[in-house]
Amino acid sequence: MRAFTYERAASPVQAAAAAAANPGAKFIAGGTNLLDLMKLEIETPSHLIDVNGLGLDTIETIPEGGLRIGALVRNTDLAADERVRRDYGVLSRAILAGASGQLRNRATTAGNLLQRTRCPYFYDTAQPCNKRQPGSGCSAIGGFSRQLGIVGTSEACIATNPSDMAVGLRVLDATIETVKPDATTRRIPIAEFHRLPGDTPHIETVLEPGEFITAVTLPSPVGGKHVYRKVRDRASYAFALVSVATVLQQDGTGRVAVGGIAHKPWRVEAAEAELPRGAKAAAERLLAGAKPTHDNAFKMPLVERALGSVLDETRS
Amino acid sequence: MSVPHDFELNRRDLMVGGSTLAAMTAVPAAVKAQPNSTGGAALSNISLTVNGQAHALELDTRTTLLDALREHLHLTGSKKGCDHGQCGACTVLIDGRRVNSCLTLAIMNEGMEITTIEGLGAPDQLHPMQAAFIKHDGYQCGYCTPGQICSGVAVLGEIKAGIPSHVTPDLMQPVTASDEEIRERMSGNICRCGAYSNIVEAMTEVAGRQG
Repeated sequence: MRAFTYERAASPVQAAAAAAANPGAKFIAGGTNLLDLMKLEIETPSHLIDVNGLGLDTIETIPEGGLRIGALVRNTDLAADERVRRDYGVLSRAILAGASGQLRNRATTAGNLLQRTRCPYFYDTAQPCNKRQPGSGCSAIGGFSRQLGIVGTSEACIATNPSDMAVGLRVLDATIETVKPDATTRRIPIAEFHRLPGDTPHIETVLEPGEFITAVTLPSPVGGKHVYRKVRDRASYAFALVSVATVLQQDGTGRVAVGGIAHKPWRVEAAEAELPRGAKAAAERLLAGAKPTHDNAFKMPLVERALGSVLDETRS
Repeated sequence: MSVPHDFELNRRDLMVGGSTLAAMTAVPAAVKAQPNSTGGAALSNISLTVNGQAHALELDTRTTLLDALREHLHLTGSKKGCDHGQCGACTVLIDGRRVNSCLTLAIMNEGMEITTIEGLGAPDQLHPMQAAFIKHDGYQCGYCTPGQICSGVAVLGEIKAGIPSHVTPDLMQPVTASDEEIRERMSGNICRCGAYSNIVEAMTEVAGRQG
């Protein structure tokens, strides 16, 4: 690990300003992904801004409907919150399907959104990777790509976003609240928060330098039956090959977001219009334009079947 | 061949001695979380509360909680397996919650109550989970065991607090310490010897006793 200096942030805007003033700085909250990457010298911050003391660790009911989740609410606490379990079950289920108990106790809401990809070539510093070293090439294309993306990929990168939580937030239309170094704030719909790789796969979100996430908000509950179905190589503590987050209403309409197949949680509104017609029709729209590799072509039928099993279970 | 007594060093003495030497050479002057003149290590004075006892340490900011416990406080019960949060051998309790001590910096844990396996029980006064692991043969080589026991204690606390898991059938119903719940919740603790079924038995017995 490279040496770094350390400070504790005094306020969200001070943290943002300190990060903007120092290009080598990174925020640290749970640290479960950042320290992992720092040990491998994939992340090499020269300065860490510890934001754990800022509060931002409560979940408030918004008077006009919905919840405001502080950026530093730990994954365990978010999944266990009674309001989340009751009204946003797909979010509880998505979080509980990810990582281990130890990691969920430490990982935060904002940190989960900002975690990096687990593409094996991103982690292997002996191999080229456009995300780790822009312009060096992509080893995954033509390499071992079983875990990697099938939609929204580019010639530069086929990595997948590993977060389960983000898939749950996407299907619930969450919004990310931030503060910038100049103290202005903005609200970013989660649909626009993560970027597709394009030719700049090293830039994963729309956050500007120093911009600091303060909260994630959920709109008023939409009812329906909430399911998060994760298909993976182990029964527990493994990243998704494919995951499906659904909110389905009695009349057959609903929402679906898919994890494990793209650089961001994958949701296609046109596919949702097909849900009453079944998984095949919906999956065709979800996966329109897909470019699977030899290794991960199995994800195409897997998306349809995972969605199909959720629809069957929900409607029976 | 006889070895002069003075030269008998065991592996642990050698490693502790080595790390002390490394720590001494890495301490140039009293600076607080600032890089030294050569651009190398940034040092910081921190206090850690471990097993009810406060310790003042001067540490490189890079020092993980695990390395502070093992190399600086010589609490070697917590083990370093993967050092990346995947195996769980380093699991300790921070303010009562289980955490991978390899994935948090010592400096981030000032003011926290840290409990390691050494603080859970003592040889003449075992924690009920330690006693149950012995009774049910919940280990072979023992390397993962301190992490398994810390995790096991916290898991029963999580179940009691009603925190759901991936296998909880109904998010709105109370959680029970079933085999399935214990197995899912312990998935962050790997046992290369494969003592899993005995670990489940040990935890089940403690859960039953707690009611």
